[in-house]
Amino acid sequence: MNAAPPPSASRDPLARRRLGALLLALIVLWPMLVIAEFKPQALLAPGSLRVMGGFLAGFLPPALSADFLGLLAHATLQTLAMATAGTALAFVLAVPLAFAATRSLSISRIGPGPGRWRGLAMRTAARGVLTVLRAIPELVWALLLVRAFGLGPGAGVLALAITYGGMLGKVYSEILESGDTRPARALLEAGSGRVAALFYGLLPGAAQELASYTVYRWECAVRASVVMGFVGAGGLGQLMDQSMKMLNGGEACSILIVFLLLVLMADALSAVLRRWLA
Amino acid sequence: MTEEAALALEDVGLVHANGQRALQGVTLRVPRGARVAVIGPSGAGKTSLLRIAATALRAGEGRVELLGARPWQLRARPLKALRARIGLIHQAPPIPPRLRVITAVLAGRLGAWSGARALASLLVPTDIAGAQAVLARLDLSDRLFDRCDRLSGGQLQRVGMARVLYQAPELLLADEPVSALDPALADLAVGELIAQSRATGATLVASLHAVDLALKWFDRIVGLRAGVVVFDAPAAAVSRTMLQELYATEGSALPTQAPGFVLEERPSPAPPVICR
Repeated sequence: MNAAPPPSASRDPLARRRLGALLLALIVLWPMLVIAEFKPQALLAPGSLRVMGGFLAGFLPPALSADFLGLLAHATLQTLAMATAGTALAFVLAVPLAFAATRSLSISRIGPGPGRWRGLAMRTAARGVLTVLRAIPELVWALLLVRAFGLGPGAGVLALAITYGGMLGKVYSEILESGDTRPARALLEAGSGRVAALFYGLLPGAAQELASYTVYRWECAVRASVVMGFVGAGGLGQLMDQSMKMLNGGEACSILIVFLLLVLMADALSAVLRRWLA
Repeated sequence: MTEEAALALEDVGLVHANGQRALQGVTLRVPRGARVAVIGPSGAGKTSLLRIAATALRAGEGRVELLGARPWQLRARPLKALRARIGLIHQAPPIPPRLRVITAVLAGRLGAWSGARALASLLVPTDIAGAQAVLARLDLSDRLFDRCDRLSGGQLQRVGMARVLYQAPELLLADEPVSALDPALADLAVGELIAQSRATGATLVASLHAVDLALKWFDRIVGLRAGVVVFDAPAAAVSRTMLQELYATEGSALPTQAPGFVLEERPSPAPPVICR
């Protein structure tokens, strides 16, 4: 190294350090990209560009024939029904499990008092059930259940209910434990029951977040039900699968536009619910 | 023990989870219907004492008896029933900001109500008149349907007090219940606690920061310092020297809420009685 130039006031003395940190991050990230077989140059190879260009050009204009729009409407309805029924069932599954797993609603932890080991065992068991439910991806459940229910959205509903029940339950109990838990504890200390402590002590503070998370999960369920359509669970996914296999880009484009509208709708619904609960 | 006391602590000690000792060798016996004020400098263990009496904390040492029962030997259901008969007014009211005042007050009876009634009362308040009456005693009846986050600190503290008055417990505990109130309101609020005790026969144990309030309203004063009972005497027998020793103030002012409070040095008519 030669003699460093005199530090000039117009240069940030920390810039060099930041550049070093950035380079270090890239060096750490690179092996991950290699392991993940991410090869962006394939995107730019002339062969792939031509194929993809042709594929994308086929997306325009979106298919708008009356026949196809009828099919699309039916598939959208099926996807919405699958996501909504699946999320509703998941909710029914998640609420009692979350209620059992939530530490801040435990009476026996005060003191600790009588029944603390039983309480701990119950909470651990509920947590374990929630973990098992969400450990297996809904796609795997769908593949399995399609064999029992046959092709169609029925399998997707149950697959969603199982996996999403586990996710909702886990996050519900975490939301209920992370807010201000003193109101519920004060009620329990005055002899209130667990259900009353939940409604008078925890929900007033947590309802907004719980509702927003539930709607977000419903949005995820819409996307997941599309993916499950690819394995035969009906709805938009099955339609998309058919269009892609027939290389009909216009139809795929119309389906993607419907996805976008569904996500926008979920966002609006969430905003309305949050405002209503505020 | 001759007759059943509302609160009987025998050689009670408490060490917090962080290893800090809060109480040591506290023996205190409060007969039913008695009204006792606990005073002492900040950090003396007043809150710990009250939380033990509210079955919110379990003392590591000694013997605790509340309303004739030893709480930590009870099974879950009788313990829950005992807790419904004990009410603690918290210094910082544990009320969710989104709750309406009426709901926050009615929550006082959750220990007595069935789960179904509790849920129904969320949809349509079951006892509007009862909540209204108790708020009126604390000069708050006009805020019945307001949300708690619209209230000032002093108003919220009175809502917390109204909740416990509505609970109508047999053992009424109050932890610095008037710390956020101005002197006139504080006097009114402590007066209402005393009135509640007189009307329902409830035993009242309150920790107070203001010595003048304690001496004005209570029959018996317990001085607590560094987790130890320094004195336990009828209010009339509490002398300036005892208070100065308690607060370790040499000649400077004692903590009072109204200015100009003077407790003249009086020749003690009898040595301070230690009530056990």
